[in-house]
Formats: sequence, structure tokens, C-alpha cells
Amino acid sequence: MSGARRIFTRPARLAVIAPYLWLVLFFLVPFGFVVKISLSQSAIAQPPYVPVFDLAAGWDALAAAFAALSLDNFRLLISDNLYVLSYLRSLTVAAVSTAILLLIGYPIAYAMARLPRGWQPFAMMLVIVPFWTSFLIRIYAWINILQHDGLLNQTLLALHLVSAPLVWLSTDTAMYIGIVYSYLPFMVLPLYATLAKLPQALNEAAADLGCSPRRAFWLVTFPLSLPGIGAGVLLCFIPIVGEFVIPDLLAGSASLMIGQTLWLEFFTNRDWPVASAIAVVLLGVLLLPLLIYERLQRRQLEGER
Amino acid sequence: MAARAARLSRFNLVSLTLGLAFLYLPIVIMVIYSFNDSRLVTVWGGWSLRWYRELLQDEAMLAAAWMSLKVALASATAAAVFGTLAAVALSRAGHFRGWTLFSGMLYAPLVMPEVITGLSLLLLFVALNAERGFWTVTIAHTTLTMCFVAVVVQSRLHALDRSVEEAAMDLGCGPVEAFLQATVPLIWPAIAAGWMLAFALSLDDLVIASFTTGPGSATLPIRIYSEIRLGVKPQINAVCTLIIAVVALAIVLASLASKLSRAKADSAAPM
Repeated sequence: MSGARRIFTRPARLAVIAPYLWLVLFFLVPFGFVVKISLSQSAIAQPPYVPVFDLAAGWDALAAAFAALSLDNFRLLISDNLYVLSYLRSLTVAAVSTAILLLIGYPIAYAMARLPRGWQPFAMMLVIVPFWTSFLIRIYAWINILQHDGLLNQTLLALHLVSAPLVWLSTDTAMYIGIVYSYLPFMVLPLYATLAKLPQALNEAAADLGCSPRRAFWLVTFPLSLPGIGAGVLLCFIPIVGEFVIPDLLAGSASLMIGQTLWLEFFTNRDWPVASAIAVVLLGVLLLPLLIYERLQRRQLEGER
Repeated sequence: MAARAARLSRFNLVSLTLGLAFLYLPIVIMVIYSFNDSRLVTVWGGWSLRWYRELLQDEAMLAAAWMSLKVALASATAAAVFGTLAAVALSRAGHFRGWTLFSGMLYAPLVMPEVITGLSLLLLFVALNAERGFWTVTIAHTTLTMCFVAVVVQSRLHALDRSVEEAAMDLGCGPVEAFLQATVPLIWPAIAAGWMLAFALSLDDLVIASFTTGPGSATLPIRIYSEIRLGVKPQINAVCTLIIAVVALAIVLASLASKLSRAKADSAAPM
């Protein structure tokens, strides 16, 4: 058996070539360009930055281009409050949203794992389907509900809970609703995957040893579900930090998240070097959770083997 | 099993019901309102197909839909090929040199904020002096979605019994032939599911497409996004409902395909 396995690894190693080259060319190399342009100066030209590496111009031109690189954009990021506040707001919004997601998602995932075996794939499908339908559509659906004469205000008025329509749209509440709604499947699915795998016998043993169900949950189930919590938290936290569309459509325009600031610098101000510098710093901020996530993934893979 | 069912407490039941209601209510409301005859989005004016008719005359929207469809077909197909190759390499090649970098690059796009991925790809295309449009968006979507395909196919490969492959090799098949003859038919539904996931993701993507497309070749989400920013229009309800219908159909087909093949796999190789 291990002989067959060894024979098989060689063609499998050939299979890696095409996707490997693709990812290096279209995922890794582009980050090099972001770093390079973050060190350039903005210019009114096409492309809107200098220096531009001109390989045909020879070695001297290239050396001159390298000499022209500077850290000015990064100095700007530190010196201007706008950018620092954007980063802080992004991290805060992501942390709060992730906490809400965990509070809402855990009971749902737990209930799914307690369903009869035959029902579980169906429940999982019900959670996945909204994830497959466009997030833009789902945000739009919330705009319909939250706007001034939207269904939420109509319902509240009809129930005489409020006397005048409340402002929902363009508030942080609306933004949190949108984020939690969009990312809920990303929290529920890894939690469910972990919880469904836990042997029921563990809880029964805890009960036999005199644990109340609540105690059994905190002493047995919860600690064993920590890998799922880790995966869910990171799957939500990292993308939310860079979120652009949801705050743009649902939050007020007063304070921007870093993804919106990047978007504005890039498309509105057409300052590509500053946008790149924002991306480089953001990547640096996110690298730590990404590395933790990678570690979790690998530990999980090794656990399965 | 009965013991399991009995453990579903009232708290579990309530949280599951509320959770699913939270997920589905906004979508259901939007679908209902897409059949609203009123010009005001929030006032009910009776059932009508009026906004669907108006949609059919909106040429910019139709062009964007066509563009999105072409990109999604091309990028999902490329992503299915690259993603499957990547999954095979990850689960069958052992620990090769550069494994960490490869798996890192494969998992990173799953969590990376889209603004960063989009910006970096655009800067690459500008540096290469590539004309932006169909091809650049397709390449960008392939890069993103092949990672999702790899995850789906890899989990199926993990669950697969290797003995079928090994039996084929004992019967004289070469490793490549054994893989094509014995394994591919068994993971085919996972590849199909991956393809459909890639298709849906590509159809859905706004941020990366905004960065990598050129003037005059907007995709459907870009078009919808600019309409939403201009103000709420009933037509958008109709577009969105149509997209949901297409995606729902794809999911039903995918789950049927996977059920069929699982039944086939179980009868072919009792696991």
C-alpha cells in the first residue's frame, strides 16, 4: 500500500506546477507591485505614479528608479490622523462584529449539531444558500427594510412601538446588521463542522459523572469547540477589517473604515502610491491573524490524518 | 439517534428558528417586492411583472449581465481545472518543497480583504500594460475562486478510500490512469460543486471586478452597485430575484449531482 502511495506522489507533484505558477504570477507577484508602488511618488500621468521601472532603458535607468523610491507615503500615513483613525475604526468594527457573530452563530451551530443526523445536511444547506446568493443583493434587501419608509419603520409604527419613523439607514447599527448578516455563514459553518464531530459519548460520560448539562457544556463541549471558534473568528475578522461595500452602503459618511479610505484614495483622489501604502500596512496588520489561521488549518489537517 | 433528537432543547430550537428567519426574511421580502406594481419600493400596489418587463429593456443592465455570465463561465472553468490540480497536489503529493508557500497562497485569498487582492492585481495589469476588460477580470476571478474549488475537492479527496486507486494499480493501471479511471469519476461531483461555487462567486464579486475591469465593460454587480448608490429602484428587486433564481437552480442541480454520485460511489466501493 505504501508502495502504491509512493508511486502516486510523482504525478501528483507534476499536478502542482500549473496552479503553483498561476498563484505566484497572480497572487504573490502582484503584492510585489503594491510594495513597489507604495514607495513611489504620485504623479499626474498615466500610470499616475513615478518612478516607473523601464526595463528596456537599461541598468542605469533602473538604478535611478530605485534611488527615487521613498518612504514618504508611509510617513504620511502616520502623520495624518485620518489614516490612523481609519485603521482603528476598522479594527474596532471588526472586533465588535466578530463578537456579535460568535454570540449569534454559536447557538445556531450548536442547535444544528444537535439535530437528528438525517436533518443535518439539510440544515447546513439552508445556512449555505444565502452565502451563495450575492452579498450585494442581501445588502440591498436590508436597504429596502431599513430605509426611512421601509418595512421596519412601517412595522414599528403599526405596532405603535414608536410614534415617528426612526433613522436606521446610514447609521452604525445598520452597518453592524449588514456585516453580521453577510458573515453569519462564515461563523456558523466552521463552528458546526467542529461541534458535529464531537462524540456524543463525551457528554453522556460527563452526565454519568454527575455533571449538569450546563456544566458539561462549559467543561467538555466548549473547550473542545475552540478550534472551530478560532477558525470562525478569523474567517470573519480578517475580511471585515478590509470591508468596503457594506459600510459604504449602510454606514454614515462620518467615519471611514480603512477599506473605504483605500478605495477613495485610489478611485477618487487617484493617488495610487498612498492607496498602495495603505494596503501594505493593512496587510502587515492582518499578517498575524493570517499566520495563526494557517497554523490552525495545518493542525486540523494533521489531526485528520 | 432518538437520544440525539431528544437533546434538541427549546433553546436550541428557538435559536435555530430565529437564525434561519434572520437569514431568509430579508431575501423573501425582496423577492415579494420585486412583483410590486408600485413605483415606490415600499408601498404595495398589487402583483405585477412590470419591473421584469422594464428590466428587459434596460440595455446597459443586459450588457452587464452578459459580461458577468461570460466571465463567470470562463473563470469557473479555469478555476475548476487549477483548483482540482491543486487539491490533488495537496492531498496526494506528500510534503514537497515549497508546500508551505503553496498552501499559504492557496488559503490566503479565502480570507484576504478583497480591496487588497483587487488593488494588487490591477497594479500588476497596469505594469504589464495589459488592456483591462474581459480577460483581466477573468484572470482575477480565476485566482480567487480556484482556492474555493481546491478546498471543496480536497475535502472529497480526503474522504475517499484510496483502496480503489490502489486496486486499479494492482490491476496494471499506471498512477495517472488509475487516477483518471478510478478517482476522477468519484470526485467528479465535488469538481462540479466547486465549479458552481466558483461560478456563483464570480457572478457575485464587486470589489475585485471594479479594480480589474476597464471602461465600458462593467459586470452586473458593478452596474447594480452604481444603481443602488443612485437611489433605490424597483428594477433592482427584479434583477436580484432573477439572480437568486439562477443560483437556487444551480444549488439544486449541484446537490442532486452530488447525491447521485454518492449513491453510485457507495454501491461501487462500500466504504
